[in-house]
Amino acid sequence: MNLFEQVSFLFSSYNIPAAFWVNIQLTFWAAIGALLVGTVLGLMRVSPVPSLQWLGTAYVTVFRNTPLTVLMLLAVLGVWSQLKITFAQDFATNFFIYACVVLAIYHAAFVCEAVRSGINTVPLGQAEAARAIGLPFLPAARLVLLPQAFRGAIAPLGNVLIALIKNTTVAAAASVAVETSSVMRGMIEANSNMVILIFMIFALGYVILVVPVGVVTTSLSRKLAVTR
Amino acid sequence: MRNVRSIFAVAAVAALGLSACTTDAGNDAATEDEGTGTSTSTATADGADCSGGDGTLRIGIKFDQPGLGFQDGSTYTGFDVDVATYVACELGYGADAIEWVSAPSANRETMLENGQVDMIFATYSITDARKEVVDFAGPYFVAGQDLLVREDDDSIDGPESLNGKNLCSVTGSTSAQKVKDTLASEVQLLEQPGYADCVTVLEAGQVDAVTTDDIILAGLAATPANSGKFKVVGAPFSEENYGVGLPKGSDMCEDINTAITAMIDDGSWEEAVTSNTEGTGYTPNADLNPPTPAACA
Repeated sequence: MNLFEQVSFLFSSYNIPAAFWVNIQLTFWAAIGALLVGTVLGLMRVSPVPSLQWLGTAYVTVFRNTPLTVLMLLAVLGVWSQLKITFAQDFATNFFIYACVVLAIYHAAFVCEAVRSGINTVPLGQAEAARAIGLPFLPAARLVLLPQAFRGAIAPLGNVLIALIKNTTVAAAASVAVETSSVMRGMIEANSNMVILIFMIFALGYVILVVPVGVVTTSLSRKLAVTR
Repeated sequence: MRNVRSIFAVAAVAALGLSACTTDAGNDAATEDEGTGTSTSTATADGADCSGGDGTLRIGIKFDQPGLGFQDGSTYTGFDVDVATYVACELGYGADAIEWVSAPSANRETMLENGQVDMIFATYSITDARKEVVDFAGPYFVAGQDLLVREDDDSIDGPESLNGKNLCSVTGSTSAQKVKDTLASEVQLLEQPGYADCVTVLEAGQVDAVTTDDIILAGLAATPANSGKFKVVGAPFSEENYGVGLPKGSDMCEDINTAITAMIDDGSWEEAVTSNTEGTGYTPNADLNPPTPAACA
């Protein structure tokens, strides 16, 4: 078989786009979850309440320093297998949700740090002015702090998103069976004579997914930066 | 506990007379190598002196498959290890001249092509796609895909009875998908990174069966931690010819086949199978085992 025949053989025997689609879906849901949880955590860390600050710090320390694979295995072997907590009767849906939740929990710690660094770019005077006109902490954060903070945090948030896209491959540890890394492993197992080609296909797939994210976030961060 | 267990294991194997390698070198090596992680012999040819080879022989095995290729501290146990040790002895390498190398499934071809290992005994099924990049000697064993279930579970007697049940297998292995596609379409699949994870979930009751080759399942069930908890169903539904992986163009194939035939003829092969799957009620498919090594290409 020449190179073209090998590529067409691989694409006709395995549904590679479907595998990437699963990773894109994982990224989508996990990114939404991580953004919500991470923003709340970021606010907790800059809030005036010490116990909330402590909670935010503890969360970031624990989840940022635990390997993602360990969290995935903990979710499946601990929470699902021993505590028998089930999200859906269908295995495929159940483990997809598990993977999304774990990815969101893990990346929320990084989003939190990105948001906090964004908040730190906002001059202290802005927060003081917001409080001076009588806004309580949350409205001050929502109306004054966060809009400026997110514009300063676009680049680091883009990095978190890129890491998330690639980390979706760890979902294989949570039994998500049709995502890229498990499909790639199956392909290598059965077609070891094309191992380099298989590897190149998936590497290229990730380049195609990740490069635009970097380009878009870099240009957005330039365009939206608050000039001071 | 672990040490006590491994001492018992070594003693048991010695009592079986498998380590009848008469060379002092071999026995010395077994004691000297404690802690250095090279090798400890469990099975060698009766009366063979294992000499003639120069340097060391690097053999790729699985380090994480109890009963087949398993690293327990500085010792290596299992059926693959026993066959490899016997073959190495016939080729002129004593136990002290073997360097065991971990060969995970996805890396096997690359390791042979790069010369990281001289040969691979790692539940390595002979397939046409693999033959394009590596050579095979053997087969030295014919396994079949089978099911592992809980000891008290009588509802599963073959792949067809899996409809409505939950089945676990390892990520990247095609075995579970094959069951779903051809034998039981109503089965739910769980993929885990390793077989030990599958066994944990099976014990917890969240899946009803684990599938892969029968001898791998028997090895899992035979480990002390799992003994008495699981059984192999014994209805193999595929044919996996375990071969010895060699670099393309290797000249060792004929000698390895001769050694495998000798091991089968003198009874060591049978003993290696029995001792590594003890207590699971497993017997290899008698129609296909012991196999006759195929002619070398």
